[in-house]
Amino acid sequence: MAVDSQQAGARPSAASWWYDPKVRSVAFQVAFVLALIGLGAYLIHNTIINLEKRNIKTGFDFLFNPAGFEIPLTLIPYSVEAGSTHGAVFIVGLLNTLLISALGIVLATILGFILGVLRLSNNWLVSKLVGVYIESVRNVPLLLHFLFWHFAVFQSLPLVRKAIPIFDTVYIHNRGLTMPKPIPQPGFVVVLISFFVAIAAIAYLKKWARRRQDATGEQFPVFWASLGVLIGVPLLVSAATGFPLTWEYAELGRFRFTGGLEIQIELFASLAALTVYTSSFIAEIVRAGILAVSRGQREASYSLGVRPGPTLRLVIIPQALRVIVPPLVSQFLNLTKNSSLGIAIGYPDLFNVFGGISLNQTGQAIEIIAMCMVVYLTFSLLISLYMNWYNRRISLVER
Amino acid sequence: MSDIAKNPDRSFVRTENIPEAPPPISTAGVAGWMRANLFSSPANTALTLLTFYLLYLVVPPLFEWAFIDSLLEGESNKDCRGIEGACWVLIPKRFGQYIYGFYPEPERWRVNLTFILFCLNLLPVLSDRVPGRTFAALFLVFGFPIVAFVLLHGAFGLESVPTHKWGGLTLTLVFASVAILFSLPIGVLLALGRRSEMPVIRTICIAFIELWRSVPLITVLFMASFMLPLFTPEGVNANELLRALIGFIMFASAYMAEVVRGGLQALPKGQTEAAMALGLNYWKSMQLIILPQALKIVIPGIVNTFIALFKDTALVSIIGLFDLLLVARSAVTDPKWLGLEHESYIFAALIYFIFCFSMSRYSLWLERKLDTGHRN
Repeated sequence: MAVDSQQAGARPSAASWWYDPKVRSVAFQVAFVLALIGLGAYLIHNTIINLEKRNIKTGFDFLFNPAGFEIPLTLIPYSVEAGSTHGAVFIVGLLNTLLISALGIVLATILGFILGVLRLSNNWLVSKLVGVYIESVRNVPLLLHFLFWHFAVFQSLPLVRKAIPIFDTVYIHNRGLTMPKPIPQPGFVVVLISFFVAIAAIAYLKKWARRRQDATGEQFPVFWASLGVLIGVPLLVSAATGFPLTWEYAELGRFRFTGGLEIQIELFASLAALTVYTSSFIAEIVRAGILAVSRGQREASYSLGVRPGPTLRLVIIPQALRVIVPPLVSQFLNLTKNSSLGIAIGYPDLFNVFGGISLNQTGQAIEIIAMCMVVYLTFSLLISLYMNWYNRRISLVER
Repeated sequence: MSDIAKNPDRSFVRTENIPEAPPPISTAGVAGWMRANLFSSPANTALTLLTFYLLYLVVPPLFEWAFIDSLLEGESNKDCRGIEGACWVLIPKRFGQYIYGFYPEPERWRVNLTFILFCLNLLPVLSDRVPGRTFAALFLVFGFPIVAFVLLHGAFGLESVPTHKWGGLTLTLVFASVAILFSLPIGVLLALGRRSEMPVIRTICIAFIELWRSVPLITVLFMASFMLPLFTPEGVNANELLRALIGFIMFASAYMAEVVRGGLQALPKGQTEAAMALGLNYWKSMQLIILPQALKIVIPGIVNTFIALFKDTALVSIIGLFDLLLVARSAVTDPKWLGLEHESYIFAALIYFIFCFSMSRYSLWLERKLDTGHRN
């Protein structure tokens, strides 16, 4: 064998170098990259010519030019009169996207877990009914959900002047929901600070309770204590500072409300569509996760004398989460991406206000679409970083 | 035993089995089923009753709305006055538009013929009871698109129907089928590239896949309709449908690639090594050994991706292609049909549902059928 290979080494050019897999692989990769660069150069060349011909400016200067349009929902100060720029439009849109995604994620998770557990109910009627519901929701395009909720459901609510009052403070009508507007008074910052202090205290409490249980075996009612701290501390502080938050009530005029805070119908329609659609997917994920925990786990837990409640909480759910969380998080990402469909009904999210209106005004398609893509790309990278971290943390440690 | 046999004066002991008694009435038949599935515990009984009450609240009024109090024939929304239920009048009047868009009426038989041919072609591919699967599949990929193009767009003496007249369900189906047809092979190539040992190819494929997967489809469609015209040389102006299709195919093939990658990863390494040991080169081993097995594993996943893509085609209505959803949407902006949003959207939803639901049932059936030989 050794002699053979030495002899083979003595005649290096017997097989053509072209058949060497290494050479081939390098050659192929170089060719591929060259082709790609060529294609890119060709496209860029075309683009430059086209941009010159259509007189479209390039660069990001437009971000500092004033944007001449109003946005119905803004979380930061924004107004046309003050000369807010396209850069501000970008921020406003981004915040609106984050707002609807955060609300949607919370609601869809809650609804999805409820549906998923009901789907597994041993009550035949409930399980079948939830099954029918899930199937009919998820087999219809999300965009149709958006349009249906907006045009068929919310817009058929009564007109503003016939708004449905709830305790004469909140009004529901076909333009949205009018509620009292909170107006913070000077001492309000203190209350806000106390709220965050309460959250920090809860985190500490949880740690302390865990340490104590590890040391002594005694349990501490963390949940109720936390709830008490979370509500009690800010309440006490605001009582001490003389309730520094006042409400401005809405007055119903002849055709519209004066004062108060109006939340647009588009927010509710988008939220309803995203929640209902995504929760049907989450329900299936939850069901699969619970089914993935083997029966023996539950039986073992019962035979140790653990009651059904703690069994579910301490044995089943932690193991099911291992299966549930990865697809669940990718549903969260989907929901965030899907919130861009708000453009169809006019919810002012990033893609609607920046990719839609700003693009039409400035014509700078490349910069604007690239910026939108970078935002979504960032979301997705953050989520996958988190997923990798989570998977490493919970992966089974086997001996 | 022997003790008893020796002592005949002991009391009676049965020596043969008594005949089997029927199960207690409370565990058999309808009553037993209901007891086990609906009323097994007080909480369950309460839940059942509550559900029945909810059904009672929802179903009869819905039924009355949709069927009993509804109106099917009429000229415009004026006929709907005084109708308490659904006013379906616009569906029969606009039915042609829901299905064909603005396809000229005398030419609509061509769409029907295409659809029938498509179904006939698909039948042997979907079911193994009809012979000729391989030939049908090959024709579906290489022959049928040409036939469909000739029939739909017109050539050889058929009157030409430009794509901007296509619409409704026809457009949705054409769009989805073309996207699926192209995204599957591109997806397979991308998946192979992602698992390639060549670092440059692998990096490019990963970047491509992750880029398209992380942006919303609507961004991709906007890009296709606003940026593609900037990329093409002067004078070349791709039509709107084609531009949207290019964007959609890029997007779809990235998703397809991830599904196929799942199949490739599920195969044991020994398969590749065995193929190499037999002296097969890369493409031969992929074609003969790896892909047939990998694709078989992920067929249900591929069908699920088809469903998602089919639903996603609805987004092209945002960039102004006249698909089923845009027909449903614009039908109710006509003053003649104002206020019939419920009916129009429900009808469109029903069509989407029929297609998606049958695909998902097929995928389940396939999963059960293909799930052989892995359990034991």
